[in-house]
Amino acid sequence: MTQATNTNNAVMGSDRDTTGQEFLAFTLGKEEYGIDILKVQEIRGYEAVTRIANSPEFIKGVVNLRGIIVPIVDMRIKFNLGEPTYDQFTVVIILNIGGRIMGMVVDSVSDVITLLPQQVKHAPEMGSALNTDYLIGLGTLDERMLILIDIDKLMSSADMGLIEKLAA
Amino acid sequence: MTIDMSQFFQVFFDETEELLAEMEKLLLAIDVAAPDSEDLNAIFRAAHSIKGGASTFGLNDLAEVTHVLESLLDRIRKGEMALTAEHVEAFLIAKDILKMQLDGHRLNTHVDQDAVADVQMMLLSLSQGVVPAMTDVPQPEVRKVDVPSLATAAHFFKIEFPDIPEKDIKTLSEELSLLGNLSKSINENKRVVFKLATNGVVDDIIAICSFVMNSEELKITEETLPSSVKSTTKTQKEIEQDQGYGFFQPPQTFQNGANYEEHDGYGFFQPLDAFQTASESQATSNAPIQSSTQENVDTPAVEKKTLSKRDDKPSSNQESSSIRVGIEKVDQLINLVGELVITQAMIEQRTDSLDPMQHERLLNSVSQLTRNTRDLQEAVMSIRMMPMDYVFSRFPRMVRDLANKLGKKVDFVTHGAATELDKGLIERIVDPLTHLVRNSIDHGIETPAVRVAAGKSEAGKLSLSAGHQGGNIIIEVTDDGGGLNRERILSKAKQQGMSVSDTMPDPDVWQLIFAPGFSTAETVTDVSGRGVGMDVVKRNISMMGGVVDIRSGKGFGTTISISLPLTLAILDGMSIRVGEEVYILPLGYVVESLQPAANDVKEISGQGQVVKVRGDYLPVIPLYQIFDIQPIHTKPTEGILVILESDGRKAALFVDDLVGQQQVVVKNLESNYKKVMGISGATILGDGGVSLIVDVAALLRSSRQITDDSIFSS
Repeated sequence: MTQATNTNNAVMGSDRDTTGQEFLAFTLGKEEYGIDILKVQEIRGYEAVTRIANSPEFIKGVVNLRGIIVPIVDMRIKFNLGEPTYDQFTVVIILNIGGRIMGMVVDSVSDVITLLPQQVKHAPEMGSALNTDYLIGLGTLDERMLILIDIDKLMSSADMGLIEKLAA
Repeated sequence: MTIDMSQFFQVFFDETEELLAEMEKLLLAIDVAAPDSEDLNAIFRAAHSIKGGASTFGLNDLAEVTHVLESLLDRIRKGEMALTAEHVEAFLIAKDILKMQLDGHRLNTHVDQDAVADVQMMLLSLSQGVVPAMTDVPQPEVRKVDVPSLATAAHFFKIEFPDIPEKDIKTLSEELSLLGNLSKSINENKRVVFKLATNGVVDDIIAICSFVMNSEELKITEETLPSSVKSTTKTQKEIEQDQGYGFFQPPQTFQNGANYEEHDGYGFFQPLDAFQTASESQATSNAPIQSSTQENVDTPAVEKKTLSKRDDKPSSNQESSSIRVGIEKVDQLINLVGELVITQAMIEQRTDSLDPMQHERLLNSVSQLTRNTRDLQEAVMSIRMMPMDYVFSRFPRMVRDLANKLGKKVDFVTHGAATELDKGLIERIVDPLTHLVRNSIDHGIETPAVRVAAGKSEAGKLSLSAGHQGGNIIIEVTDDGGGLNRERILSKAKQQGMSVSDTMPDPDVWQLIFAPGFSTAETVTDVSGRGVGMDVVKRNISMMGGVVDIRSGKGFGTTISISLPLTLAILDGMSIRVGEEVYILPLGYVVESLQPAANDVKEISGQGQVVKVRGDYLPVIPLYQIFDIQPIHTKPTEGILVILESDGRKAALFVDDLVGQQQVVVKNLESNYKKVMGISGATILGDGGVSLIVDVAALLRSSRQITDDSIFSS
């Protein structure tokens, strides 16, 4: 949670923080998104998952990540972005959210970018498949525009149903 | 810069707990008539280590009790006192008190200070209750003559100095003369000896002298003034007023120690040559006062020195043969090795297709790798295993206490204490076993009179055994008592409105005692008989994946047998296929599997299907419906029915195919996801894929509600 607060501080443009924050940029359909790089444990290719019966469609199932059972979420299904195709380019971002490991399927991962607080604008109330509650803001870098997701909040939300306590 | 003391506290608590357990074990094993000196030493060392640790951490209450305990132990181990059954009893009580104090510090539980005081008193009285065997102290009749001077309230000290410069002597004599009447002389060793008549106390003298020399080199003797004889009773009384420990006076202290005790309580400063043996025992018996008269100590430096000197005596030469490792580290290791095993299986699979002639050396290496990883896995798994001794060792004490309380005689034996069981299970088996052992003593074993009348030996036999049987461990509690009373159980069951019949087979009758609120004890004691317990026992054991079984013969006794899986981390599984998916069924639940004949399967409208298996109609649970899978077969006659049993309820699980049987490492699904209905966990297959383990118990529980809709759709 402290991490999230820090992030928000950075967004609000506190003039103390001028070093900027690093985001991992990835695409879902035609949109480019960014998440806090510190939440990312690793990036893997998509491999066969074991389906979990009676779970929502966007939860693809579980995989074995070096002995740990990790649930895999397909963001494209969750937010109706693009066609969920699975090929050798499909990427899974393994996240570590408060000690819980989970995987997130995205279309591709582009790069890591550093955004200064002044480059992050408040998100408008519309225009995104995501509820603005889960957005940090919009990051602009040259010609690119990234939708910055508060991945902590998103993955812990009842919406995702990944974590029992919060979902209940 | 600050040091986190809490971590050291934790180590101390753990260690103390172990030491206390060790102490208890030794005490219970000790032969009162002929104690093994090595055991006595070990008990003493344990007490001493606790004392040392407790004072280091400033846990003075612990230190005080252990100090008294240690003093008494010291006398016994030196042979100054004979060990008696009362001593053992007192030591055991002291151990309980220490445990209580320890918990008080660690868990902030309540500490009964009265009990603490009581046990200190008891130990104190014991430490002088027996006339020391080896000391040459005066016998009681000599006492009256030698009673020290108290009438003048003045003390007569003989102070012997080591070789020190003349200048210092002069300074000292000036200082000391301020205390009282001082006379100086030289003894046969050319040492300077002062004689001082003073109203002061030993501490004052030491305080002065310690400026110039090491106080240990100093010899201070208090000499008695024969002119002032007082009655023993008076002395006792005064001491009582001062110390609060009236009956604490050891006989020999009357000779020369009374004044010390009254004022400072240190027996250490007596001349070693003159009172060698007396001071030995006196030091120990005086010791408790030291703690109770802390306020009198105004020379802490001296005190520390003398204490530390005493601390040197017992050696802790027991080399530690184990290390303390966090359980999460072990689990991590097990995970990593599990991972290695899977990787190794993959390599093996991929090399299988190679030409053995061309790749002979590679294949040899791979098979060697296979062997090594298997050994490694076994070795790592064994880290989590602990001997049953860990559980068994706490029973002798309980049995002893309980038997005494109930006026019964019980011979307690254990078998197979070396049998190993997963640590997680071992911790959870303690409570159920405790219940069973209590029950056996309370209800099973009869009173000596009844036993003799029945032609049995006076002492009942209670045995606790553990052993392996297949992939399970069997733990049995056996008594040779009266056995279960079939009629009484049945009548009680009828009273409670359970559906029973007089023709029920014995095993079914015995199972009735596991019903909640069931007790046939005629009198409810504080030990057992309230009817809570057996149902809890059964529930706890079921939760561990175990089974309880009772065998009983009237008049011959009862055996309660618990069968547990060796570990929770690994289970024997049967893999089954439905459509494209593979699931694991815990083998413990599987009774049999069969392909039914068409006329054995019956449709019940709206309720699904039932299948007739050996005269029983079992509900058919189609797994493809529950888990929403596209199956290969939709008719039970085409696929396979796996008959499952849990809690006495049976059902037939309809699957497409059986894949095989294997040991699987159970992984938790909830650590990164959430609880999934119908799934108890997951495991990793040889190909690196994940397979889910079916929660058979939950499946059977809801089997009665089976309809065409998925039962887990909620």
